[in-house]
Formats: sequence, C-alpha cells, structure tokens
Amino acid sequence: MPINLSKEKLQLLCDALLQKDEKTPYKFFVDNCEVTSTLADSLDKEKLDASEKVLDIIYQPQAVFKVRAVTRCTSTIEGHAEAVISVAFSPDGRYLASGSGDTTVRFWDLQTETPHHTCKGHSHWILCIAWSPNGLRLASACKKGQICIWDPHTGKQVGRALQGHKQWITSLSWKPLHLDGECRLLASASKDGSVRIWDTTLSQCKLVLTSHSQSVTCLRWGGSNLLYTGSQDRTVKVWRADDGVLCRTLQGHAHWVNTLALNTDYVMRTGAFNPAKATIVPLEDKSSMAEKQQQALDRYNKVKGSSPEVLVSGSDDFTLIMWHPETEKKQIARMTGHMQLINSVVFSPDTRFIASASFDKSVKLWDGRTGKYLASLRGHVSRVYQIAWSADSRLLCSGSSDSTLKVWNMETRKLHNDLPGHADEVYAVDWSPDGQKVASGGKDKVLKIWRQ
Amino acid sequence: MPQNEHIELHRKRHGRRLNYEEKKRKKEGREAHTRADKAKKLRGLKAKMYHKQRHSEKIQMKKTIKMHEERNTKAKSDDNVPEGAIPAYLLDRETQTRAKVLSNMIKQKRKEKAGKWEVPLPKVKGVSEAEVFKVIKSGKSRRKCWKRMVTKVCYVGDGFTRKPPKYERFIRPMALRFKKAHVTHPELKATFCLPIIGVKKNPSSPMYTGLGVITKGTVIEVNISELGLVTQGGKVVWGKYAQVTNNPENDGCINAVLLV
Repeated sequence: MPINLSKEKLQLLCDALLQKDEKTPYKFFVDNCEVTSTLADSLDKEKLDASEKVLDIIYQPQAVFKVRAVTRCTSTIEGHAEAVISVAFSPDGRYLASGSGDTTVRFWDLQTETPHHTCKGHSHWILCIAWSPNGLRLASACKKGQICIWDPHTGKQVGRALQGHKQWITSLSWKPLHLDGECRLLASASKDGSVRIWDTTLSQCKLVLTSHSQSVTCLRWGGSNLLYTGSQDRTVKVWRADDGVLCRTLQGHAHWVNTLALNTDYVMRTGAFNPAKATIVPLEDKSSMAEKQQQALDRYNKVKGSSPEVLVSGSDDFTLIMWHPETEKKQIARMTGHMQLINSVVFSPDTRFIASASFDKSVKLWDGRTGKYLASLRGHVSRVYQIAWSADSRLLCSGSSDSTLKVWNMETRKLHNDLPGHADEVYAVDWSPDGQKVASGGKDKVLKIWRQ
Repeated sequence: MPQNEHIELHRKRHGRRLNYEEKKRKKEGREAHTRADKAKKLRGLKAKMYHKQRHSEKIQMKKTIKMHEERNTKAKSDDNVPEGAIPAYLLDRETQTRAKVLSNMIKQKRKEKAGKWEVPLPKVKGVSEAEVFKVIKSGKSRRKCWKRMVTKVCYVGDGFTRKPPKYERFIRPMALRFKKAHVTHPELKATFCLPIIGVKKNPSSPMYTGLGVITKGTVIEVNISELGLVTQGGKVVWGKYAQVTNNPENDGCINAVLLV
C-alpha cells in the first residue's frame, strides 16, 4: 500500500474487503497508534527506513449512529426540597427519575420536561436509585436501609418496602434482563457489610451474603449470574447469585474499593433496547417478555464477544485494577496515574475505553482491553464526582464539585463543551441511552436537562 | 491520729454495733430536717454561702430526677430528616463544611462599580492626616518639612520600587509593611491566613487608598484561591474583598472579615 494513504481511503479499502452492505465507520491502528490523517504520519520514520517488513493495520468498527453533543440547558426543574443525589434514565430513555435528600423519588416527563409523579415512602435521604433492565420498575434505597419499588407509569409503590439492612444502602443492582425476563431479583449492598438479594414480587429477602468485614461500597450483577462486590475492607468478592456461595476474593487494593465497572455494564443496563435504533419520539415496544429476553441475550453476547467479562475496580489508593473475575484471582493490569482517590469508573458502551473520575480534578482514559493509559482530560477545577458515556462512545460527560458539567470529545480527547449553570456541586449525571439528553442534579436542589 | 487501722481491724474482728444500721438509717432520714434547721439558724456570710450551696444542690437534684423520668417515659423517635443530604460516595468521607457559592458574578460587578459594600463595620472613625503622617525634617539645617513618614500599616505591592530617597515624599517603613492578613469567613466561621492583593478602599481618604494604608475599616482584596470556592461558571474565585476589623498598627497583625 502507498504510505500516503489517508484515513478515508483506508475506510474504502476496508469496505471493499469486507463486502458488507451497511457502511460502518472504522478506526485504524498501526502499532497501537491511531491513524488520524495519513498512514505516514502515524508511522515511525526510523522504523520505516530501517527495514522492509509487513505491518499490520488493525481496524475497529465504530458505532453506526452518532450522538450529538449536548450544548445547552433546556430546562431547570425545581421541585426537590433538598439536594438531588441520584438521577437515572430508564433503559429505553423514555423516563427519568431522580432521588433526593427530601426523601422523595420523582419521575419527570421528558417530552414536556415537567414533574410527573412524586413518590413518598421513605423516611430518610434517598441514596441510590436503579431502573430494572426491562424498564417497568424503579428501585430506590434510603439512608435508613429501606428499599422501595415504584411503578413509573402510575408513580405508586409496588409491594411492601423491603427492610432488613441495618445501615444505609450504598448500591443497588437488578438481575440482568438476559438471565431473567421478569426482572424479579434485586441485589443491594449496605454500609453494614452485607449484601442482600431480594425477590421484589414477594417483597422478601432471598439471600443474605455476609463475608465483608466493612462497608460494601459497590455492587454489580454480572452477565454470567455472578455478583461482584467491592468493599472498604480492600477486597472485591465474587459470589454465585443463585445460592450465594462465595466464589473468590480478589485482593490487590491497598485501601477502600470505591467503585466497580464491568465492560458489559451498558448493554446490561439498556437490556433489550438498542441505542442504534433510537427514534426521536420513543416507540412503544410491543415485543413479549421472552422476545425481550432473547434480544437482550443477543446484544449481550455481541458486546461480550468470546472473551470473559472484564471488571475494573477503582480505589482510594489512587489506582485501578483490571480483573477477569469469572475465571481467575490474578489481576490483569494495574492502572496508575491518578493523584487522588478514584470516585467513579465507567466502561464505554463499546467496551473499548475506560474512563475514571478522580478527586484530583481530572478524568483519565484507559484502553478497555489492556488497561493502557490513553489520555488525561483536564479542565475541572475541583473534584470530579460522576461521569456518563454517550451511547456511541464518542462523547463523555463529567460532573464535578466545581458546579459545571463538561462534555469531552473522544476523537480529539479534548474539551468539547463546558456546561455551567448549576449553582453548586453536581452530584449526579446521566446520559440518556437514546443519546438526546443529559440530566444532572446537585446540591442546588434543581434538576437540569441538557440537549444538543 | 490513729497509728494503725485499729478501727477497721476491730470491725473485722467483732463486727459493728448491733443497732448500727438502724441508727444510720434514722440519721439519714432526719438529715433533711437537721439541714433545714441549720439553714434557718445561720446568719450572715455563713448563711449566704450555705444557701448558695443548697441552691445548686437542689438544681442538680431536679436535673437528675428529670433524667430518670426521661428514661422511664418512652420518647417519640424523631422523624426529622437532617438537612445537607450528600450522596453515598461522600458519606464516609470527612467533608469540609463549605459555604455556598459566594455570589454570582453580575451582582459582584455591580457592587464593584458602585463602590459600596455591605460591610460589617459600616461606620468608621476617620483618621486624620496628622495621625497617619509624621513630618520629617530634611535639608542641611533641618528646615525643610515636606517629607512624611506613614505611621500606619501599609500594603506595598511586589513590583514597587522606591524613588531615590532624596526625593521620596512618603516613606513607608519596612517594619509596617504587611503581606498577609487573617481573614475570617463569616459563614464557615473559620479563619485563614491569606495573602493580600491590594487595598481597595480606605474610607478615611482616597490618598490613603493610593498609598495602601491599612487602618480599621479598610476594605482590602485578598487571595482566597486556597479556600477552593467556585463561581457558577466553574472558575475558581481568587480575589475577594475583606474589611479590616482591628487596629493593625496596635496589634501587629491584620484581622479581617470576608465580605460575602
């Protein structure tokens, strides 16, 4: 091939070789270095002169759809009487829910951007909320250790409140849709060091997993029916969700484990909903429960591929560790570079990148396969609390205690948009799976919706 | 004084008197009466002291009774939700109490233009020139009196170079130049030692402002970047005004209150 071949030409070549009908954008890599303009630019000059050898050009398919970056705040909705602690879009992006320090969960109408339902039932701050992957239920947990299940259509509570935890709940996780079409089971992690699995239809506690000696900070329900928990006792534990048997304990961190991320997080969150098929006006999905489960399974298998699930844990010792928790106890890679504790780690939806938010005011990007350091996104002037990916993995939104949100572009690895507007710290950020909106909430008690 | 523990030893060998317990109980029972009699009979200073002691004892007694009553009665569990909700990821961390974003930029600018601030010390005693400046005599026969020495604390910027001493009209002594001030944040109720950026206004005279004279009531600008306050636009606030609350020339330090 001529060395002055450009990226667009490579694209044409690739299309011709693969002979696919649909046009898919690709990214090309030579020696782990991305081709941005021409082949010659990304090649090492000396290496070329020295020898005559065959170079491998690796291509990576990109998402066929593009999410447009959010640029403006379309509405600032007041309603909560206390700080908004958690914000979450439903798996198909049709509903938005927020939990607050005023003990209510609120559902918001996304079409008109007005309040829809106010759900009262808790008696203390609501710390976390989680949508069931089929989008029919919302679970919320409060600082008193209660869990309530809500119906987004009516705004009414479903069943009784789930009680059992002795201290506040730090994390909630539903059983993935491809394992359970009904979305019956819910896991919760608590400060008291226990993890409980609840049957939400019977409103009963099914299993109690106790082995952590300190507060469990993070919980993930993996796609192969394993539960991953990270705790302040410096370990990550892997449990079999069916019978609650402890499979293995992953040790390696020197301080609290704050956050966990699976490379299949996004696909399990969205379940049967495919972001590529999102429409501006959401369509009613009429497929049955079994069909949805099958769709979810297909999507899960496609994203996961042949390799096992990858887990990344972020800790107070300023490092991230990458694991293959299904098979082995050994760590694959340790990612160092942050200068302060890591508060949040998220895999990109296409599993190629890991983004980590830290209290050292930066967001860092890592390779999702090898854990190699890619870039550092600087711009915040205070702690970065939460990050959210757009569905096409091309944009990243971060919320910080400096009261701004920032949108980062993954192609240029630079700041794309600065979104000021909150009057105080931003505690929660979420990017809707259909890619149109970003919702954020913070200490200034308002919920803001951002659009392109 | 007994040379040994005779009493204890005797008690050990023979026990107490048979009616000891009863006498004791009766004596204790009568004690309230005897003390009341005593209180009635005492006169003068002794009475005063004794009554004071009785008074405090009674208060203490009432308090203990109340405490026991509280323990017996079932208290209602307080359902009040505390304010200041924070997310789960911050719950276990010690967070510094931070004041809210101070004020938005437009308000700030408007205030600056008007040159008026709501200050903690609204009325400041004027300082006369005679008090601030000391006349220095110069010339060969010490006849000329056009030189002045500033006798108050000054802020002199980093880039300041003196004029040749012969022509210097205002002398600001090195010992009275200050670079830092102890600034109290009124909402945080905390004090920080912050570098001074400049003197914004000395209410006594615009000339003092130009010279950088700091007296009680002067508004100074301080560098608060280390407090980590942020504007709504997400920028770190670094310059803020503060009003001096003490007489720095008397105290040898500058104390100020941040204007929020």
